[in-house]
Amino acid sequence: MSLTAVLVVVVAAVLIGAFGIRVSRTTSDFYVASRTVSPLWNASAIGGEYLSAASFLGVAGLILSFGADMLWLPVGWTGGYLVLLVLVSAPLRRSGAYTLPDFAEARLESMAVRRTASVLVVLIGWLYLMPQFQSAGLVLRTITGAPVWVGGLLVAVVVAVNVLSGGMRSITFVQAFQYWLKLTALAVPLVFLLMAWKADGAPGLSAVDAATWETPLSGGKEYGLYSTYSLILATFLGTMGLPHVLVRFYTNPDGRAARRTTLVVLTLLGAFYLLPALYGWLGRLYVPDVARADTVVLSLPERMVGGTLGDLLTALVTAGAFAAFLSTSSGLTVSVAGVIAQDLLKGGVRSFRIATLMAVVVPLALALALWSRALPVADVVGLAFAVAASSFCPLLVLGIWWRRLSTTGALAGLFVGGGLACGAVLVTIVGGPREGVAGALLAQPAAWTVPIAFTVMVSVSFLTPHRVPPGVARTMVRLHTPEDLDLDRGDWRPRSS
Amino acid sequence: MSPIDQPDNLPDRRAEPRAGRRLPLVRPDAPRRVSVTSPRTAAARRPRYPATREIDEQTHLGEVYMRSLVRTQFRLAIFVCTVLACVVGGLPLLFLIVPELREVDVLGVPLAWAVLGGLIYPGFVAGAWLYVRHAERNERHFADLVERR
Repeated sequence: MSLTAVLVVVVAAVLIGAFGIRVSRTTSDFYVASRTVSPLWNASAIGGEYLSAASFLGVAGLILSFGADMLWLPVGWTGGYLVLLVLVSAPLRRSGAYTLPDFAEARLESMAVRRTASVLVVLIGWLYLMPQFQSAGLVLRTITGAPVWVGGLLVAVVVAVNVLSGGMRSITFVQAFQYWLKLTALAVPLVFLLMAWKADGAPGLSAVDAATWETPLSGGKEYGLYSTYSLILATFLGTMGLPHVLVRFYTNPDGRAARRTTLVVLTLLGAFYLLPALYGWLGRLYVPDVARADTVVLSLPERMVGGTLGDLLTALVTAGAFAAFLSTSSGLTVSVAGVIAQDLLKGGVRSFRIATLMAVVVPLALALALWSRALPVADVVGLAFAVAASSFCPLLVLGIWWRRLSTTGALAGLFVGGGLACGAVLVTIVGGPREGVAGALLAQPAAWTVPIAFTVMVSVSFLTPHRVPPGVARTMVRLHTPEDLDLDRGDWRPRSS
Repeated sequence: MSPIDQPDNLPDRRAEPRAGRRLPLVRPDAPRRVSVTSPRTAAARRPRYPATREIDEQTHLGEVYMRSLVRTQFRLAIFVCTVLACVVGGLPLLFLIVPELREVDVLGVPLAWAVLGGLIYPGFVAGAWLYVRHAERNERHFADLVERR
């Protein structure tokens, strides 16, 4: 039955992709439809694209394994939008930038910064896509016993076909629907699970678990306090640097709407993230022995409810999981392929096709090559956040609020911050987790890479005041003044539109 | 910094008070009479530029307007971020320093789970709502300021 659910979701995605070409023409994608999309729809679409396998499966799995300290992960993934709201959302929309490289170019008037930003977008996108494919393999293996590469390949092919046909890419309505599907697919089974738990006499955790697992900073991982703070920094500051999130802000009509949309996103994510913690807790109670913690969400309905109802609920959860893989992967692939085609290849339709394949094949190959030492999905996604937090967060925050940011400073900060974070990620992913202080520093790099990136960007900017872009005053008018004021905002337009 | 705080950046609109007309002397020891006029009369008669034009032409005054907007919005953003950092950064520290808190239950749920698994999310939303209200108010004030004639 779960297999049927997977097939339904996949076929629906392909059909939407096929028909979407026509729909997306008539509703004219981001550019016109966007102007009439209400904040609720827009926010649902952001939520649909944002809630990936890491949120749907990974958070509950990590909570099951490591306990209360992991509650910070969903908190950070939600709170990141609060930071994004106050520091970035309205000015970013007003900049008119469609992608992060666009913003870099608009603000710093430099192609070098634009290209560096493009490379970082691609790296973050790949890092984010890899665990999505791995989880797809894991889920398909859990429900059918198929080899792990099947699920990854399935998602990769569906996403590539969809993106190439131009369907899925930008239909706000479809992405918005995905959010509500994911919410339902976790919430409905949870109601039944809680009823089963109640009928079971509402048991509590064992005394050992209550003393260690359930209490913060008392077990699970080494260097708990450092890891907690590093995780908080990475998630709160990394959200604003995710390539697929930024594109969605363009669909707001103006800066004010961008703020209101972010407010609704916070509400929707808050509602969603109430659920995985409960799954983790129930998992600790009923399936502490699960082979791969990432599958806890899938195994609970069968274990606790059982029978036909259990099968139905498992099918629903599986459908939600595949919706999560497909929506996030599509959003990421579109963003990554767009950047590769525009900035690293020559541009045009042919380049976009090659770029789509590059965007999908590289992370798929990585996912399969690293399968044997695959880290938990939420950990890898956490690393993508760390890279974003140490490269794009300083670029955006300083670019929006500090007029003395120089081109050289931005470039140096992106290189040093992004480089250090990518290095740490590479060592952790390829070499596997390590013991001791070095292991903790590498597994959660944000606590040192983010301050270094900010310091480098600021100090190099001070040393190179002659490289401050000449149009900065006009750009500040553009970024900060409400759109209804009749002001000269310069004539920069994003190249990707 | 509002434009009023920074008279240095404003164009000098103050004209010298006109010297009073001399009156014929009635008594040699009487104090000289001067007519007192408001220094603002000259300024009031000066034709005014709309502030949007000052900003477009990037005059000193226009820059002052822009800086005041950016600074107000930045202060608001930093205020929210500071509160957030205190709450979010303080919680692990609180659990570290006061280990008894780890054992406290709220309605049968451990405190850490009640806060991190539930209560913090409405907190985020409330903070975001207050921020949006304030930021929009700041923008309205700025619009009133530059569109006033």
